[in-house]
Amino acid sequence: MDGIDTRQLVVDPQKANDFKGKVDPDWCAGCGDFGVLNSLRKACFELGLKPHEILTISGIGCSSNFPGFFNSYGMHTLHGRSLAVATGAKMANHELTVVVTGGDGDGYGIGGNHFTHTARRNVDLTYIVMDNEIYGLTTGQASPTSVLDMKTKSTPFGSVEFTFNPVTAAIMNGATFVARGFSSDTKHLSMLMQQAIEHRGFALLSIFSPCITFNHDNNDAFFKPRVKRLEDEDHDTSDWKTACEKAMLWGDTIYTGLFLQVKDRPSLDAAEPVLADGGAISRRALGLSREQGEKIISRMM
Amino acid sequence: MSSTQFDFSLAIGGAAGQGIATPGNVLARLFTRRGLWLYAYNAFQSIVRGGHIFLTMRISDQEIYNHGDHLDMLVCLNQDTMDRHLGLMGPGGRVIFDSDKIKPSELPEGVQLCPMPIKELSNKSRNKVIQNTITLGAVASLMGLEFDVLENALRLQFGRKGDAVIEENTTAARAGYDYAAKNFEAYPQPIAKGPKPLALWTGNEAMAIGGAAAGVKFYAAYPMSPSTGVLHWMAQNARELAIIVRQAEDEIAVANMVIGAAHVGARAMCATSGGGFALMTEAIGSAAMMEIPAVFINVQRAGPSTGVPTKTEQGDLWQVLGASQGDFERLIVAPTNALDAFKIIPELFNLCDQHQCPGIVIADLLISEGTFSVDPDDLDFRPKIDRGEIISSGAANGEYLRYAITESGISPRALPGLEGFVHVVATDEHDQDGVLISDEFTNPHKRRRMVEKRARKIANVVDNIAAPELEGPVDAEVTLVGWGSTYGVIKEAVEQLAEKGVTVNHLPIRWLVPFHAQAVIDIVNNAKRTIIVENNYSGQFHRYLRSETGLTVDGHIRKYDGEPFMPHHIVDGVLEQVAGKTNHYVPLQEIMV
Repeated sequence: MDGIDTRQLVVDPQKANDFKGKVDPDWCAGCGDFGVLNSLRKACFELGLKPHEILTISGIGCSSNFPGFFNSYGMHTLHGRSLAVATGAKMANHELTVVVTGGDGDGYGIGGNHFTHTARRNVDLTYIVMDNEIYGLTTGQASPTSVLDMKTKSTPFGSVEFTFNPVTAAIMNGATFVARGFSSDTKHLSMLMQQAIEHRGFALLSIFSPCITFNHDNNDAFFKPRVKRLEDEDHDTSDWKTACEKAMLWGDTIYTGLFLQVKDRPSLDAAEPVLADGGAISRRALGLSREQGEKIISRMM
Repeated sequence: MSSTQFDFSLAIGGAAGQGIATPGNVLARLFTRRGLWLYAYNAFQSIVRGGHIFLTMRISDQEIYNHGDHLDMLVCLNQDTMDRHLGLMGPGGRVIFDSDKIKPSELPEGVQLCPMPIKELSNKSRNKVIQNTITLGAVASLMGLEFDVLENALRLQFGRKGDAVIEENTTAARAGYDYAAKNFEAYPQPIAKGPKPLALWTGNEAMAIGGAAAGVKFYAAYPMSPSTGVLHWMAQNARELAIIVRQAEDEIAVANMVIGAAHVGARAMCATSGGGFALMTEAIGSAAMMEIPAVFINVQRAGPSTGVPTKTEQGDLWQVLGASQGDFERLIVAPTNALDAFKIIPELFNLCDQHQCPGIVIADLLISEGTFSVDPDDLDFRPKIDRGEIISSGAANGEYLRYAITESGISPRALPGLEGFVHVVATDEHDQDGVLISDEFTNPHKRRRMVEKRARKIANVVDNIAAPELEGPVDAEVTLVGWGSTYGVIKEAVEQLAEKGVTVNHLPIRWLVPFHAQAVIDIVNNAKRTIIVENNYSGQFHRYLRSETGLTVDGHIRKYDGEPFMPHHIVDGVLEQVAGKTNHYVPLQEIMV
């Protein structure tokens, strides 16, 4: 139609691949983000979700192009602002499954303030961060998760800044589901995504998703021998102190998996009395009743 | 103002923390319940405790639009008030003060001093607030109010605090009332009474209630003077009216939350002042690009930067006009007073929904923190609501184009949650299907047709809004042009000038974007002498008028000291220009607050 030759979206997916978006990713061949995208398609299919029930929201960056490659309602918003947009969207229609996708620069750098407060508010959404420890779309500058001494175009003599740890930051800021994944371990990733989506509250899934073009330090070869799943050992997901200790490890062992889950704290929409009944606020009748108007006037007299 | 009209101004001055708000509220409610029109302006400093507060309250049996030129009564709660403000008093004025603590300053001719021995009258009570109630009694007595009117007002004010507090205040008020009746001369013209009780609100409350009437279901804010009153009203009424109210971490989050809520179909609004608006601007452009309707309110205060947080100015016009990078579609309106702000917000929401673009209200402290009387019969809480073209059902089977090219430029919106209409909206340039042009291939022809599609949406929107109209005689010697909040003070200046034999008419501008350029050109070209009145230094509206119409004008009246215009400032400016003394008049503010 009128020069539009992009893919027609599947209304009722019968397989994970039916969650393909109108176009295919423009990511570099070998990018970790492909594993993340495939895992989310699989997770949504296995959860029995329909594309129209999901709202995927991103900011700006290579990984923030995600919504265009995924079959769901999507918003490709400003750099760093996806969590704020998602908070408004979730509160206005809490019946939607809200997934936020983006990168480390978008979420932990420019969006750091919103990351802190969205975690604290326990907004019911799944925050998938494709952490490649570098700015990719701007062709390779240091990011908050770049390691000390890392040489990039903006740190040609090595970074002198301490590395941001999204897992401990999320735990300290009150996130109720905090997990880490690895883009090459898609089976584990898809399982974590399903848990994150089913969790009622703010779920961070920070994923090592290597950039093959600009980060030659933290690539697949770096992660593969180091990554250990918390699920493969006896980890207590209700113990935040141990979760933080394990999340701080960055040596021969780097943990992935679910670090912490808090099940008894209400999400923001559940804590909002206006949403106690009556359904999504976006679908309610607009304006004031005659009685409400009279009451407002009586208080002005 | 005709001489038979009841027109009375009183002011209460003191230090912050002395409890000016309570007697202010008691009097304002008493006056409006009596059916009098009221406008109150509170000049204060940005200090929570300490600092000088000066509340001016003007009442009349005719509609009034500003705080006037002079004072009939001055209530001094401290020496500072006496020293600073006595000069504003004219013949016939009365000054009430605590003679135990305050010494009279040099008295203007014809002003009567009303010293009150507060310590004696309060039975040596140490309750400082009670001392204010004694003063209220004196005010009521001098104005010719029956005591039971004041007693009822006190009962309403303190009702929730119990009988003991009511009793204590009534006794104190009685003591002040009787003392004043015995010792001072009341005003020759007793206080008037209107035909029916009026209501009372601030501009911030009017904007909040306008939002509620428009169907706002999501309101977000970060506190910032002088817009915070909108948040307070929304928060207080949220649960009863089923509005979700969020206080966010910053104004960037505020604007983006509003956009998220608006995208899924809620009417969403936020208010801030210039500094917060600066943080919102990138998001406003993104709303235009994604074609999401939402309303952003900028309540101006004196800038630049943090500026003067508690003072007024019309200095953000170009900030609002230039808010966000790129060429984009948005609507901008400057309400003229609280009632206008209440009415314009539902209208703006309708236009934003119809044209799928952001709307901006540019108000200022004068409106937002001014207290206005309003006739309850003028309040329509159920205005027309038009959500524009929204698809609510049907089967698109995955072929839906969110940004379909149409003749009007308006592409019917499907809201997230609707089966079969799945799509992505994007802040990057995109094609009709929402797919980023950069993800497919960069195509200048596609880019051009998307730019033109969005532009078509508002190309003719000017036909859907009211054109500015000249008020007053068409063949007047002078035409005053103002925008937004200066409406009331210019209107009164026009009346005063007519009494002085100068015929003046008034062209008030509300809609800035779209701008009725041809209507304004026709009016200004027919005017004999056009003078622009604005509350800023550089003539921001004058520059805008030139950019939109190519018109130049004959003169300017500008004020940028933080305080609003008083009618005589404009009268003097016009007289000087008519006399050929200047074409650029900057009035001197007499009240040194």
